[in-house]
Amino acid sequence: MFEYAPAPESTAIVDLRPSYGLFVDGRFVPPAGGRGRDTVNPATEQVLAEVAEADEDDVDAAVAAARRAYETAWGPMPGRERAKHLFRLARIIAERGRELAVLESLDNGKPIREARDVDIPLASAHFFYYAGWADKLGYAGYGPRPQPVGVAGQIIPWNFPLLMLAWKIAPALACGNTVVLKPAETTPLTALLFAEICQQAELPAGVVNIVTGDGATGAALVRHRGVDKIAFTGSTKVGKEIARTVAGTGARLSLELGGKAANIVFDDAPIDQAVEGIVDGIFFNQGQVCCAGSRLLVQESIADELLESLKRRVARLRVGDPLDKNTDIGAINSAAQLARVRELSAAGDAEGAHAWSPPCELPERGFWFPPTIFTGVSPAHRIAREEIFGPVLSVLTFRTPDEAIAKANNTTYGLSAGVWTEKGSRILAVAEKLRAGVVWANTFNVFDPASPFGGYKESGYGREGGRHGLEAYLA
Amino acid sequence: MPEPTAPDRVPVHKTYKLFVGGRFPRSESGRTYQAQGANVPLASRKDLRDAVAAARAAQPGWAGATAYLRGQILYRAAEMLEGRRGELTALGVRDAEVEQAVDRWIWYAGWADKIAQVAGGANPVAGPYLNVSTPEPTGVVGVVAPAGTPLLGLVSVIAPAIVGGNTVVALVDEAAPLPAITLGETLATSDLPPGVVNLLTGRAAETAPWLAAHRDVNGLDLAGADPDQAVAWERAAADNLKRVLRPERAPVDWTADPGPRRMLAWLETKTVWHPRGL
Amino acid sequence: MTGLAEVTGSERALRTFLHGLPGVDRVGLERRAAMLATRSIKASAKAYAIDLAIRMIDLTTLEGSDTPGRVRSLCAKARRPDPADPSCPAVAAVCVYPSMAPVAAGELHGSGVRLASVATAFPSGQAPLAVKLAEVRAAVAAGAEEIDMVISRGEFLAGRYGAVHEEIVAVKQACGDAHLKVILETGELGGYDNVRRASWLAMLAGADFVKTSTGKIPIAATPPVTLLMLEAVRDFLAGTGRQVGVKPAGGIRSSKDAIRYLVLVNETAGPGWLSPQWFRFGASSLLNDLLRQRTKLTTGAYAGPDDVTVD
Repeated sequence: MFEYAPAPESTAIVDLRPSYGLFVDGRFVPPAGGRGRDTVNPATEQVLAEVAEADEDDVDAAVAAARRAYETAWGPMPGRERAKHLFRLARIIAERGRELAVLESLDNGKPIREARDVDIPLASAHFFYYAGWADKLGYAGYGPRPQPVGVAGQIIPWNFPLLMLAWKIAPALACGNTVVLKPAETTPLTALLFAEICQQAELPAGVVNIVTGDGATGAALVRHRGVDKIAFTGSTKVGKEIARTVAGTGARLSLELGGKAANIVFDDAPIDQAVEGIVDGIFFNQGQVCCAGSRLLVQESIADELLESLKRRVARLRVGDPLDKNTDIGAINSAAQLARVRELSAAGDAEGAHAWSPPCELPERGFWFPPTIFTGVSPAHRIAREEIFGPVLSVLTFRTPDEAIAKANNTTYGLSAGVWTEKGSRILAVAEKLRAGVVWANTFNVFDPASPFGGYKESGYGREGGRHGLEAYLA
Repeated sequence: MPEPTAPDRVPVHKTYKLFVGGRFPRSESGRTYQAQGANVPLASRKDLRDAVAAARAAQPGWAGATAYLRGQILYRAAEMLEGRRGELTALGVRDAEVEQAVDRWIWYAGWADKIAQVAGGANPVAGPYLNVSTPEPTGVVGVVAPAGTPLLGLVSVIAPAIVGGNTVVALVDEAAPLPAITLGETLATSDLPPGVVNLLTGRAAETAPWLAAHRDVNGLDLAGADPDQAVAWERAAADNLKRVLRPERAPVDWTADPGPRRMLAWLETKTVWHPRGL
Repeated sequence: MTGLAEVTGSERALRTFLHGLPGVDRVGLERRAAMLATRSIKASAKAYAIDLAIRMIDLTTLEGSDTPGRVRSLCAKARRPDPADPSCPAVAAVCVYPSMAPVAAGELHGSGVRLASVATAFPSGQAPLAVKLAEVRAAVAAGAEEIDMVISRGEFLAGRYGAVHEEIVAVKQACGDAHLKVILETGELGGYDNVRRASWLAMLAGADFVKTSTGKIPIAATPPVTLLMLEAVRDFLAGTGRQVGVKPAGGIRSSKDAIRYLVLVNETAGPGWLSPQWFRFGASSLLNDLLRQRTKLTTGAYAGPDDVTVD
């Protein structure tokens, strides 16, 4: 038999410190309250490092540093010079790509293949893309002399830690803002390595500040009156709380929230590529993706055939050690997230849907959930409506294009959608009718710095990426 | 005894009504209030609910019309408005404001088939894909119309919303509602599909909270709201993450060039990817 | 997939069937192939893969300058690829022109290495059917156990699927007990949709193997095209119960390439195809690179050019 031997990526390249402070005003400083929190490897539950927990005083110091940098260094700096700083950051991320990829995989649990081939190259590309905008903002369509907003408070999730950092920091800095960024509590390490990269790039002190901590730290940042703009990526529930908090403060707000994307497969689809797209759509990053294609809508006439192909394909997914270069599915990011996936999956069972998973051995330690496909799902089931944020696919069927569109749009979310058909006019018509900010036709989960990303309805507002991504950071 | 001076003819007065779904109903509550010397419907939350339903029903069809047709219809509305100059000035709207309002309609009418080119386009992604961003209407937009410039202010908030394919429920200037109703009458005769614009007279303080909290409203323009009052409405709007335009703290000069900002506020960017391959 | 007998009943039915097969999205197919190329094969898996790849080789010489001497030395190499290491397996087959088949048959007799011969006016296929059939019969008579035929790409591209089908059926009949590999010459078919159609057409007509290329045009086997043909044989087995083999040919020169192809086989058609009975490499220089890698794994040192034989 042809069994791939383990091909683990070495962790020797990563130089972890036992504990990390906050990155404020260009330096690592201990937290005012002296508190810290362990960040663990979700694949093994081993502690990777202790990371500082920022309180209100720390947030205040970070905002003050960002304000000083905005007024004295970054704001007055010509766009041309800001651009060069951003180009430097892009280059250093690429140069230290392997280190960042291993660290991301360790802290997040994602397969090294994805960290190496997707997260890190895209993060570098994002800085490179926005670097070029820094001295061309007058041509971006937001007036001849657009101004920065000021100090941006940015809160990012744990699913793509460094990439989400890049999506936040690159456009903000290109537009002349300074930032205080709060990474997710379970995945702070690449942000802290990025702080070192800022030092290495000789970015002026205070332009980027990283305050680690949990939701309380984020709330302190949102409440802070010295912040001119809040950018948040995360759950719709928290997004709404932030919108309420920010109401009346005058602070600008952009939100990139949850999703429950439909991936629509018509009977004339390129089936083998559709199967790949479905797998990519829901199992990429263990399904912990806001734009995951978590609802498969398949035309009834090919449903059985497609499901058979899909199951055969899913059975070939390799679940296990995230650092093994051949791993397709890594660990769930945290015990809390695993509990949520389990809870919703159990709800699917309880509501009468049928779960299927390929035979796969899950490691004993760590947070793991097998790739799972639910059939017999009705639109009323919780697993068809709620964002699971895990490797769980709900399969529904449809008979006509109108029914497919109606079912696809029957959600409070509107982040992304997929459509698979070889008929060009149908692609255009369906894409037009889908209420979603990103529509992937005959592909899924492809990303690019030049491509705007963001949702309709309760998936949030504002766009990240491309020319459109500048708007959130220009006054 | 002096001769009685009976007029040759008794003039017929207009009954001022709401404008909802292309019709002119009274408030379902039967209430009116006095404004500009007339009895004006005092819209209720149920009138608001009906107006939102009418706006929602009209939205897909209006968004589905070609941009060219939307431009034509908006231009027609400007033509109709121009024809009502006398009536509007009789209602106390300054002549200059009528002219500015007509010109503003025409300005927006011309945007109908251009905004997509300005706000969207092809994105050069690093891969074998066609990637195109297109602006699409947010949906139903609730508007608290500005006070003080009852015609120009109202036109300046309605037109940018509908030009991109949104439909509108507007709470008009409480103190000067009659020009708004007259505007509704011009819209009713300009091929604008019923329900695209819905105008409610009365007290914004009473209906705006329902508008802000309505889960089938996608956007909220608080242009005419008191900034302090607006905070609660903005907070309520967060429940379904409405896009919100906050009121300005400084007085707004509605005669100034508005730029594309108000149109862009009610447009969502949709980005479609497709592989390229032989 | 019932009634497959009927789909070949008429030109019209055949066209309807072939054009009803699922389309192929080029970008998605190539993306999948590229992703599978990132699989990392190490240690014992690599040693296994190298020996398997050697056992899957159709060691090929198809030159106008072929002579009995050259064919004899190739056959010797096929039987004992590494004279210094008796544990090194023999290749699957030697592939020659029909004129060289008698020589090769003599050399390979009793060795377990099979004799394959191209036929049907290889590589262009531009000869009358009677000539092609006579060539097949001659090769079989000379001892060929496998026939590598070419389809008429001209007929296929002209949409004359019935004619292509009939020709393959006739060749299959002429083969007798010899296995039939049908070369699609995918580089001339103008796209992946046609590769899928041609694969099905060949399988419906009785092909034992579908093979990518003659090796005589610049575009030969590629990972995506092989992946697509693996999907076709996988689906054909599911639909008909008959298993068909796949043979990428041309352009596969390094061990790394060969192992990538094995990954494609493993992850697409499945382990059921991971044997010389169902998967072959049409190659010549590949063997030496596999031997060098094999030596490296055994001795720990990189091999030089003179550590392997030139033929």
